Amino acid sequence: MSTTERAAAGTADYLDQRTGLGKAVKEFARKTFPDHWSFLLGEVALYSFVILILSGFFLTMFFVPSMALIEHHGAPATMDGVLMSEAFSSTLHMSFDVRGGLLMRQIHHWAALLFMAAIVTHMMRVFFTGAFRKPRELNWLVGIGLLITGLGAGFTGYSLPDDVLSGNGLRITDGVIKSIPIIGSYMSYFVFGGEFPGEDIIPRLFTLHILVVPAIILAMIGLHLMMVVLHKHTQYPGGGRTDKNVVGFPLFPVYVAKAGGFFFVVFGVLALMGGTMAINNVWNYGPYDPSPVSAGAQPDWYMLFLEGSLRLMPGVTEYMIGDYTLSLNVLVPAVIIPGILFTFLIVYPFVEARVTKDKREHHVLDRPRNVPVRTGLGVAFLTAFIILALAGSNDLIATHFSLSINEITWVFRILLFVGPWFAFWVTKRICLGLQRKDRELVLHGHETGRIVRFANGEYIEVHRPLDEQERWLRVAYDAPTPLELEPQTDARGVPRKGYKKERRWARLSRFFYEDRIEPVTPSELAAAHAHGSHDELEGAKAPELHAGDTTHEGDR
Amino acid sequence: MNDNQHSTELGDAQNRDVDRFDDPGLPEHRHRRADSDPAADKRAERQVVVLFLISIIGTVASIVAYFVFRPDGTTDGVRISTLTLGLGMAFALLGIGLAAVHWAKTLMNDTEVTEERHEQRTPDAEREIAVQKLSDGAADSGIARRGVLKGAALSALAIFPLTIAVPLVSSVGGDWNVSKFRHTRWDKGTRLAIDPTGRPIKAADVTIGSVFHVIPDATEEERESHAWITEKAKAVVLVVRLDPRDLKEAEDRKDWSYDGIVAYSKICTHVGCPVALYEQQTHHLLCPCHQSTFDIADGAKVVFGPAKRPLPQLPIAVDDEGYLVAKSDFHEPVGPSYWERLK
Repeated sequence: MSTTERAAAGTADYLDQRTGLGKAVKEFARKTFPDHWSFLLGEVALYSFVILILSGFFLTMFFVPSMALIEHHGAPATMDGVLMSEAFSSTLHMSFDVRGGLLMRQIHHWAALLFMAAIVTHMMRVFFTGAFRKPRELNWLVGIGLLITGLGAGFTGYSLPDDVLSGNGLRITDGVIKSIPIIGSYMSYFVFGGEFPGEDIIPRLFTLHILVVPAIILAMIGLHLMMVVLHKHTQYPGGGRTDKNVVGFPLFPVYVAKAGGFFFVVFGVLALMGGTMAINNVWNYGPYDPSPVSAGAQPDWYMLFLEGSLRLMPGVTEYMIGDYTLSLNVLVPAVIIPGILFTFLIVYPFVEARVTKDKREHHVLDRPRNVPVRTGLGVAFLTAFIILALAGSNDLIATHFSLSINEITWVFRILLFVGPWFAFWVTKRICLGLQRKDRELVLHGHETGRIVRFANGEYIEVHRPLDEQERWLRVAYDAPTPLELEPQTDARGVPRKGYKKERRWARLSRFFYEDRIEPVTPSELAAAHAHGSHDELEGAKAPELHAGDTTHEGDR
Repeated sequence: MNDNQHSTELGDAQNRDVDRFDDPGLPEHRHRRADSDPAADKRAERQVVVLFLISIIGTVASIVAYFVFRPDGTTDGVRISTLTLGLGMAFALLGIGLAAVHWAKTLMNDTEVTEERHEQRTPDAEREIAVQKLSDGAADSGIARRGVLKGAALSALAIFPLTIAVPLVSSVGGDWNVSKFRHTRWDKGTRLAIDPTGRPIKAADVTIGSVFHVIPDATEEERESHAWITEKAKAVVLVVRLDPRDLKEAEDRKDWSYDGIVAYSKICTHVGCPVALYEQQTHHLLCPCHQSTFDIADGAKVVFGPAKRPLPQLPIAVDDEGYLVAKSDFHEPVGPSYWERLK
């Protein structure tokens, strides 16, 4: 035993006698995780958060969360002698006088943008592969919680420097709060400690931004990861990968090196961005003043959908109820539309489980094509989100492409209603097409480009059958059938309770699973081969089955 | 691994359709070159070492940059300092990261292992024990028998947060006097002054087509107080002079303008951005935040966008010395709508 080994053994023994650490090491040291690039998206989110904490700690050393007015002295020259809040002055100070201060500010801002981007793409991966299914529904909800608090973290941080842009962002927030019926003006006082902007909002946002919100995020990340360990990670379909096992590499040493190294990669990329790409040069905007505003100002990307939503809503929707004002022109885009989007995300896993009558645990992921309606709905959702985000940049689109802003706004208003339907339809068709292609491949093999002439003069192309791994990937899925509806009356002719509710669910189930492509069965494959090599040219049609017609082709 | 392949068929036979393909089991493992070729193994090791060295050079470079590029208060100076510090840091971090990942991918064992999963659900026998423990505990507490106690405990727990909430809520909204929304700093006789210098404006200064960003005339001391920002947030006004022939005025507002000069609140009636973009030819005023467009020639009515109401008009006149003055405060609350706006 070398000295190092002796020291390690000694330390381990010391700790184990006091904590029973050995049990945890035995349990977790060689825990298996499957490998796939898309599993890194969640890691990017986690690491961005760690980097946010590190760079944020640096910034808090120099930031003064106060709205007290002072005359700024020092760099930059354009701001020397200007009256401004201590918050803005300290932001200038940390950018110009603290070495590495601007670097940390820019890393912090880029990390925030990456954090949200990673959360969103990670959610897309989870959604499209069905990783939210049992037993992971609760973890999906925790993820949505993280998305929402992430938005909160971004919003509270963006407003801290007290420059013209952040002040106008707060002013828009104030306008939105005031539109809330009955309690709106009191809510505005609640937030601002009086009239906008007052003297309280920045210290309040500061406390939320550096204490409350990160604490909530940290707690939820803990819960999120704990459940990942509890459930063990999902895996993509493939030979030997089932709902009863997990195939991958051990935590120690492979993932310690890979995931640990990946943290440094993410941090390195953010350092590169912070060092080379300027972001939020607040000294160009100046301290907050309620009068000026700059054209072409955009919020951070994750807020663009709200901004776009506000821009698209026509003003005529503000109504009077007696003497009271109901500002639906603000309430609908700022509260109801995001409410609808988040509600969809929250209820989706439960709705899908209900219409599938699915109570099993799922650990093997779906290929998105094999669940066409889910994939279509996901793409429709993203389409709506992207249209709103683009609408949030309608002024930039207008100036860059010399278009009329009024026309662009009208186009987006219409697209918001038409686009998601179209995206759903197209995506579903593409999925069904890909599934048919899979069937054809399984039944007839790869085209080889080799043409053979028979003695009787007939030409055929030789097809190479799939190997069993290729085939397994294309046949190992379930194509659920729509729920069967029990008759309205029972055997004695008495109307059943809850029939109408059941009928609604059955209808929804039909929407999900009416159009479906069954996986190839061994007998179908045998039949295809029995027909002889000629058939391989004809490109057999995949049977598209309909509700009630559940017999497999091969069973007949 | 081989055992696994065969056990799939046995284990899943009951709950699987008969006519389904069988899981072929894990694909054959393909070894890397470094697994069999010592030269490739050595090469990969060297690459990892070089990456770690790059990281060390990056850290050193970053420290050098710290001393060499001192921020000199100019934006260029800050930029070069930020750039060099950032590049050094990026190399230091990427070196470590890529080295570790490369190490794992080329040198560590890449044979996949299989771990069994177990259902999340607790087995029935254990569940029964858990339920038994809970019911034992509940029985010990006697909660089911002692209704009054339960009620008292729940009530105490439910209301104790009030001890924190009441003092907090009473102060968190300042004086809670939301009627302040109705009044601004404007009053009868307040001169219109240029924003931000505070110089009062004479009617003669306002030529046709020109536009002035206006604040109420106030002492320098007041303008440098914090309260001023909150006042200014409501009081900013835009003054424009139109050809009186272009101006459409409501009957009851004929005397709110002066010789084609009109003054409108600069706070958007949508969500409160400053409406700052004036287009001289069309007399349109555009809010750069959400593109609500107001027609200054026609009572600042909305012609496009998400706002509903016209911008409130400030009635103006001219005093003895020729300065523009307000005739009164605004006749309605400025800025975004709220529930009791018209009460």
